[in-house]
Amino acid sequence: MSFLSFAWNWLKSPAQWHGSGDIPIRLLQHLGYSGLSLLVAALIALPAGIWIGHTGRGGVVVVNIANAWRAIPTLGLLVLMVVLIGFSVLAWLVPLVVLAIPPILVNAYEGVAGVDPDLRDSARGMGMTGWQSLRKVELPVALPLIMLGLRTGAIFVVATATIAAEIGLGGLGRYIIDGLSQSNYAEVAGGAVLVVLLALLVQVIFVVLRFLVVPAPLRTAARNDG
Amino acid sequence: MRTGYLPVKRGVLLGAAISAALALAACGSSAGSSSSGGSSSNPLAAGPAKGTVVIGSANFPEDEVLAEIYSLALKAKGVKVTEKFNINAREVYYPQVAKGSITIIPEYNGALLTTSVDKTSTAATTAQVDAALTSGLPSSLEILNPSTAQDSDSVTVTQAFAKAHHLKSIADLKSIAPTMVFGSAAEFQTRSDGIPGLKKNYGVAFKAFDALGDESGPITLAALTDNKVQAADVFTTTPQIATDHLVVLTDPKNNFAAQNVIPLVYKKGINPTIIATLNEISSKLTTAGLISLNQAVGPQKQSYQAAATAWLKSVGIAS
Amino acid sequence: MNWPLLWQYTGANALLGVLPAVLGLAIALPLGVACARWRWFYVPILPLTTILYSIPSLALFVVLIDYTGLSNTTVIIPLTLFSLCVLVPNVVDGLRSVPQPVRQAATAMGFGPMRRLIRVELPLAIPVIIAGLRIAVVSSISLASVGQLIGVSSLGYFFLDGFQRDFPEEIYVGGAAIIALALVCDLLLVQTRRLATPWSRR
Repeated sequence: MSFLSFAWNWLKSPAQWHGSGDIPIRLLQHLGYSGLSLLVAALIALPAGIWIGHTGRGGVVVVNIANAWRAIPTLGLLVLMVVLIGFSVLAWLVPLVVLAIPPILVNAYEGVAGVDPDLRDSARGMGMTGWQSLRKVELPVALPLIMLGLRTGAIFVVATATIAAEIGLGGLGRYIIDGLSQSNYAEVAGGAVLVVLLALLVQVIFVVLRFLVVPAPLRTAARNDG
Repeated sequence: MRTGYLPVKRGVLLGAAISAALALAACGSSAGSSSSGGSSSNPLAAGPAKGTVVIGSANFPEDEVLAEIYSLALKAKGVKVTEKFNINAREVYYPQVAKGSITIIPEYNGALLTTSVDKTSTAATTAQVDAALTSGLPSSLEILNPSTAQDSDSVTVTQAFAKAHHLKSIADLKSIAPTMVFGSAAEFQTRSDGIPGLKKNYGVAFKAFDALGDESGPITLAALTDNKVQAADVFTTTPQIATDHLVVLTDPKNNFAAQNVIPLVYKKGINPTIIATLNEISSKLTTAGLISLNQAVGPQKQSYQAAATAWLKSVGIAS
Repeated sequence: MNWPLLWQYTGANALLGVLPAVLGLAIALPLGVACARWRWFYVPILPLTTILYSIPSLALFVVLIDYTGLSNTTVIIPLTLFSLCVLVPNVVDGLRSVPQPVRQAATAMGFGPMRRLIRVELPLAIPVIIAGLRIAVVSSISLASVGQLIGVSSLGYFFLDGFQRDFPEEIYVGGAAIIALALVCDLLLVQTRRLATPWSRR
């Protein structure tokens, strides 16, 4: 039996769609953990990144964070929280938020800081205050990178929530972790397929968001640059 | 014509040197495990060198400390030992023992029987289980003497709960079970000695089942002490039973089969000295001793080697 | 604390972290050259790497179990793919950032396309390529610890063991070892870049 046939057999069995551990519930849990964490991370990282990019102060800190954060081991952070504070909301929220902040922060910073100085000068020349320049010129231009940061943050949040099943959290990762511990490869395969589908869905959502939020000329400009 | 871009060559050479150094370090450290300490990172690697014995373990602390005990005792008798600890599934290590890539592994007779030898077996006592194993194991394998130490599944409640409802055995749960939530790994719902067995042997049916993320691990214990579930399957040698004030309900009808600690061995890989040493360990290992070993590596956070050495000393076996 | 074990698992983690990045580079270099050269080739490849990068590592490990079992390979292949996701765009960007005048000068000096690539364009692209390599190596070292969940041993062992035994010190040690390993590799790569690009010494 191949991976896909394992997964398909598991997915179409009605037992997966009813009961306390069924797929809709786990999916909603996963979306809940991911959504909440991304929101909290964005509330912290967006203002910070935009401010640092706009004023130019503290850029060194951001650069160092950019280099260092990928080294943080996800699994280590999750189990450490549980061992230190027990099984509570913070035990999973803090790691998910901590891992989502760096990409949002760094991209927001680079987006705003990377705005063409000529544009900023023109804005000042037109009589705009710093705040107006930020709102009307810098932020719109920085929008593609800000969206990229949120999209990257979403990737990490969905992935970390998958691993968080190891500390007993709900979500789609439970199928993988529980299946592994009981050597039930069908459950593992089904869970993996669901996780992949969710990850792709999140990407599609961000592509649509980018289409809706970022003005057309900036979209193509960003694509040509990157 | 000016020759070469030295920078590129230097960069490539440096990169190659770094990669080679790291590869050597990795190879060196995994090769270094063949004489002492630690496990190979690939459980599916080829068999042991001639004259060495490979001791394996599952990936939970109790089995690791038992394997460490076997390892230290055998080394003290001059046997060359390679360790392959921390393998995370019986489906992975059992075939390896069957073909000799692993020589010895500490097992639990009941679990071994029902997971790998005969899923339908109803053997319950130590004698019955061992007899079923002896006749059912492939010819390359055998079990040595069982120890009296047992680590089995259970139905466990908090001390407060037991006091409030006067609970001593699983049978006492019959009237109160419909108000309780039971927590365990998901498979407990379908295992023959799990929810179905409790119903059949004791007429106990719970209000709900909470599929927790581990078996008698930190998640299960927290769920029980936080009253997320009122009863859970806690392994009987878990040290937190004492420290968290839990009560293991007795199982007079033997719903849970015997789970004696027993060495599973590859016949061609062992000799009389090894057999004698392992049997001596089994004869000295009691359930209380197993609990205190778990205490040592768990709440007391000793290393597996330190705990194993101390136990061997306490029962007078050379290490 | 079992120090020999720590050392051994650090070696295992190093292998599981560095090898995917090296393999990724070996694939990304020819692939990136092709993408830089032929835009239509890059058009499907860039979205493909973006999509691949969004898949959680644990899911990819698990998909491969059916084909490569519970071995190092099951961890190395997905980590190599992740490295590719970072390295291919970096190789492309690095090559594209070579100024046109420099390319033209090389052609004027009689360099054919292959020679120009190896002698001029790639060396100038080294800083951007190594920047990608640093990200790939550090990410792989950290992600390799997730492999412990499918029983592929690495420094992740200390996370799981520390969790089971309620032993935070063990988790700290494992985490510190991973971060130290990542730092060492990062510094080595920075040094490599300095040595490989003497013309850019400041």
